[in-house]
Amino acid sequence: MNMDSTSTHILPENNHKGVQPCWSCKGPTGKTDLFCETCHAVQPPGHINHFERLGVPKSFDIDVDGLERKYFELQRHLHPDRFANKTPKEKSLSQQQAVSLNQAFEVVKDPLLRADYLLQVSGVDGISHDHTVNDPVLLMEAMETREALMEATDVAQVNALSDKARRDVRDCIKSMAKAFTQNDLNEARKLALRLKYLTKLLEETRQHKARLVMK
Amino acid sequence: MIENVLLQIHEPGETPAPHAGDEALAIGIDLGTTNSVVAVSTNEVSEVLRDENGKAMVPSVVAYAPDGAAIVGDLAKQLLLMRPETVISSIKRLMGRGLEDVKSISGTLPFEVVAGEGMVRLKISGRELTPVEISADILRALKERAEDQLKYKVEKAVITVPAYFDDAARTATKDAARLAGLEVLRLVNEPTAAALAYGLDKDSEGVYAIYDLGGGTFDISLLRMEKGVFQVKATGGDASLGGDDFDHAILEYFLEERRAQFGEEKLTSDDVKVALVTGRLAKECLTENDEGSFVLEFNDKTSKHQITREKFDELTAGLVERTIDICRNVLEDADAFPDEVKGVVLVGGSTRVPMVRKRVGEFFGQEPLADINPDEVVAVGAALQAEALTVGSDNLLLDVTPLSLGIETMGGIVEKVIPRNTAIPVAKAQEFTTYQNGQTAMAIHVVQGEREMVDQNRSLARFTLKGIPPMTAGAARIRVTFNVDADGLLTVGAEEVTTGISQEVAVKPSYGLSDDEMATMLRDSMVHAKDDMEVRLLTEARVEAKRVMEAVYSALHIDGKLLNEDERKHIEVVLNKLDETIAGTDRDAINSTVEELDRTTQIFAQRRMDKGIEEALTGVNIQKLENAIES
Repeated sequence: MNMDSTSTHILPENNHKGVQPCWSCKGPTGKTDLFCETCHAVQPPGHINHFERLGVPKSFDIDVDGLERKYFELQRHLHPDRFANKTPKEKSLSQQQAVSLNQAFEVVKDPLLRADYLLQVSGVDGISHDHTVNDPVLLMEAMETREALMEATDVAQVNALSDKARRDVRDCIKSMAKAFTQNDLNEARKLALRLKYLTKLLEETRQHKARLVMK
Repeated sequence: MIENVLLQIHEPGETPAPHAGDEALAIGIDLGTTNSVVAVSTNEVSEVLRDENGKAMVPSVVAYAPDGAAIVGDLAKQLLLMRPETVISSIKRLMGRGLEDVKSISGTLPFEVVAGEGMVRLKISGRELTPVEISADILRALKERAEDQLKYKVEKAVITVPAYFDDAARTATKDAARLAGLEVLRLVNEPTAAALAYGLDKDSEGVYAIYDLGGGTFDISLLRMEKGVFQVKATGGDASLGGDDFDHAILEYFLEERRAQFGEEKLTSDDVKVALVTGRLAKECLTENDEGSFVLEFNDKTSKHQITREKFDELTAGLVERTIDICRNVLEDADAFPDEVKGVVLVGGSTRVPMVRKRVGEFFGQEPLADINPDEVVAVGAALQAEALTVGSDNLLLDVTPLSLGIETMGGIVEKVIPRNTAIPVAKAQEFTTYQNGQTAMAIHVVQGEREMVDQNRSLARFTLKGIPPMTAGAARIRVTFNVDADGLLTVGAEEVTTGISQEVAVKPSYGLSDDEMATMLRDSMVHAKDDMEVRLLTEARVEAKRVMEAVYSALHIDGKLLNEDERKHIEVVLNKLDETIAGTDRDAINSTVEELDRTTQIFAQRRMDKGIEEALTGVNIQKLENAIES
């Protein structure tokens, strides 16, 4: 019994202002509807941007608590645990919805991923494929810090470096919020690369500390 | 209750009532290394099912009689001392493991293993059994206990697993449940279940640490509880570190003393089984008392051993410190500090050991919570979740992947696709390419673990994507997709993007059972396997048919005026027909009537879509008009 094969023939997709037939009752549903208004069946996740999916404004500056509340509220309705007694099709759709939601939340809550995503949807190259740094100032700073880290022989020295990195992360995020507000995407991209480096540095200080403790 | 459902007929136009009987059928099972517990929850009150003596714990011990009958629990535990060759315990430690893994598990294992490929097999009472079959026997006993007490057939369960269980061990647990005739509604992580048991009682908010030291595994999870949402922030642990290791440590000490007295001795696996019982007794004794004396007796030689609490602490200090190190790592993963943890929940019998309590208290800087019996708290949570899944609940569990998942790349280096502590369900894709000119196949090796090199991680599965058109090296684009569902189980797909050639595999772990083996076991275990399958298919057809009916009723309710009387009657006739076939047992009739209903409602569906689009267009026009006026 294949419901999909018949339903898609009624109307070609992408037709008419995002109105699509519900897979279950075949009636009209909106592109971003989570549930069919008529029969309440869960709908497929559809292609919408991560901010829209979470129902928050598309901006770098976000209210983290508000974001989390929205995410929890959506998961309350869409998580597969809510569909344990439903048909296989509904279970699978709920899984797809929850996957899309988790993906959106992961990106939007994390400053680096959020910045990268915002750059991409604004038509600027993201930073995820940038493996080389060509900002000479950042390059110099990275080399010096890394050298200091390599030479650190006790935990206190490493802690000092990681404390500085944590403060730098905070400052970097603040500056980035400003750059995005002023729509200065070049500056935002530069800062995102810096944040990427700082995040990596923090991870390295952590590993270095672990090695020192092990000794 | 079940018979009633078959005969239930409702008026057309009314939404069919949910199966009143079905909802109560789900139980919660804590399938432990040493002991297992079963519980059931009604109206969010969880009740642990006890035997006539009030005992909730069923020892996870199975004895096999000469005729193949399985004896589970206390009786089997008693047989351990008399007929050790017929008894198996701590089988959970071998779930989803291969021969090599078993050799590397620390200490002397009381198992006689059979050499072979894939999942490890044990020799017991002259038979060869997999851990899956042995676990199925334990689950069957728990299912029977529940059915005896609740007086109805139990078919669904939530089963808990250590958060740190890898994919192979999770799949093995699910397979065992299937063999025992239980549908697993969800595998829930033990610490999460424990948190659920506490959360409902206390209505607490904040970050909690769940320290779970069981018989064979250690888990530590950090959870945030907020307004009914239980969000796992980070989890860590060691799948082969538990109370059993404490027993081993004591036994090793005793054996050392014995060697000093009698010289080298050869011990059989049966001797070890018996000696380990003494090790465990000593641990339990030293948990309560400051010292104790014990006797080991085999090879016709008796040795006496004195041990103090102090010595016990010294022998086990390394084990306890390992758990504390893991706690520290998990806190770092969650970017939290010990003093930010609002409460520490103790789970597992081994947390009764005074040294464990002391160190956990010191590390988190607070007295740990143990209000709910640590042996029962997991089953209590599992039962609550079973009820939540069948009846519904305001609470929600959001869990994470315990270990990173990745694939092998050039030089045996692991490329992580899904990092640990990612919220599930999750799907992630990564692209890889060929490294030789004209390469037409690509071997995909899926691994789980945190290390950089493949051979330091756990191999989950291997498969080959074939039929890649010959291209220059680096031109092909192989997209590998990882899907982890809400049970934490993985499916991997691979696709060559330019041509669309693809392959998908549910990860059958390297140490799992093949589909054939599973089918044979199911046949052997259930005389009525075929009937059961029929019943399941019929149930599925009914559920689907009811969904279709409800959808049509909803549509009629809202858009009924789009039909003339004849059209409406026509649909109602088919609806009634479907209702009748659902009440019957002819699966084909149900399916064909669903198709008939589908055909009959096609014009209706088209009119509803036309109406919907018309409304949308009007809405858009008004919006445009308003915009035009504003500008």
